Amino acid sequence: MHVPDGFLDAPTSLATAGVAAAGVAVALRGARRELDDRTAPMAGLVATFVFAAQMITFPIGAGTSGHLLGGALAAVLVGPWSAVLCLSVVLGVQALLMADGGITALGTNITLLGLVTVVVGWGVFVALRRVLPKRTALVAPAAAVGAFASVPVAALVFTGLFAVGGNAPVDLSAVVVAMLAWHTAIGLGEAAITGLVVASIVAVRPDLVHGARPLLAHRELEVREVATS
Amino acid sequence: MGAGHGHRLHFHGHSPLHRAPAHLKVLGLLGFMLVVVATPRQAYGVFVAEALVLLGAVAVSRVPLTYLLPRMVVEVPFALFAVLVPFISHGPRTEVLGVTVSEPGLVAGTALLVKGTIGVLASLTLAATTEPQDLLRGLQRLRTPDLLVQIMGFMVRYLDVVTAEMARMTVAMRSRGCDPRSPRHWPVLARSLGALFIRSYERGERVHLAMLSRGYDGRLPR
Repeated sequence: MHVPDGFLDAPTSLATAGVAAAGVAVALRGARRELDDRTAPMAGLVATFVFAAQMITFPIGAGTSGHLLGGALAAVLVGPWSAVLCLSVVLGVQALLMADGGITALGTNITLLGLVTVVVGWGVFVALRRVLPKRTALVAPAAAVGAFASVPVAALVFTGLFAVGGNAPVDLSAVVVAMLAWHTAIGLGEAAITGLVVASIVAVRPDLVHGARPLLAHRELEVREVATS
Repeated sequence: MGAGHGHRLHFHGHSPLHRAPAHLKVLGLLGFMLVVVATPRQAYGVFVAEALVLLGAVAVSRVPLTYLLPRMVVEVPFALFAVLVPFISHGPRTEVLGVTVSEPGLVAGTALLVKGTIGVLASLTLAATTEPQDLLRGLQRLRTPDLLVQIMGFMVRYLDVVTAEMARMTVAMRSRGCDPRSPRHWPVLARSLGALFIRSYERGERVHLAMLSRGYDGRLPR
């Protein structure tokens, strides 16, 4: 899913690099609010976690497999700003130290896999959280729906970029259909794993899940009388 | 964890390319790849020149090609797409080796493959000749925001710790008859990923406290 060098033409690559730089700059300001002075070590470890989680592959069919993108998962777990930083760092390390994704396409990759998945995943999640009853048990399903939506939207944005700066004379409608079908399948896997992971963390340490914190605030301290005999 | 200090792609050496400052290497790679990406599709002479420049750089780095070539497998899914392009493109048809394919598609597919391959080999050369710590210092000199460099530093430092932790979890799962790839076992897989997140997060908290107790004030000493 990483866009390599030369897939999109130079102007499109530069434009998406601008978008990515602006997004990361905004996220740098926002992340300090989410994690205060703990930002660097915490975001670093969460980035490592996202990288490790991306190693999980799942079969999609026809002998191929997809892997977790983790944008929505990271957004629900640590908040959208930190998630953008984590994913950008993961993509940067992959491009510079692992030759995974081209260096001229780094902006495109950050825009698609960092910004779009986090914004869509978090947006859908927050909208659902507002509508659904305020129960922690519903955090995981909302996260799953957010994760599901984030993948095809990222694929659509990619197709849009391909229409503007694609380097191949391919019929666009065919690309849209193929990309959507393919990434809906990946989205189902992404949704299942995101939902299950969030559910397992909410069950053990709900205080660590950023998206569940507003729901936890409603709990009040109960002081019970101890019966003295 | 017990491995050497380099990362997985690093190839130990003392060539001029190994010794060159990391920020110059990153800028060089970026400039080179921008030129490659901006090269018109049918300028085959220019592609050959670019490939020769790259192979020259590889020769200077004294990283054997037998080391780099097997590591180019990351390109495979993309190469498959590039090979498909001549078949799914429109435009006038032409015949290659007895197969009818689209002519502009053939040109585009070839250009995609050439550019992608040059990109992967160039990135591999940077990764093979640059230690992560030097890369971080190089990014710092390129005025990358300090926070981003710090996050990257923590990621590079704890990458092997966390991935090894996950590898141990998968070994434990497999030895109990669980196949992490199969959707039937996703609930188990997800619980271990959840545990991995909690462990990573708590490790981050401990690292932060340890750093505070050693005088960390939000920025790393240069």
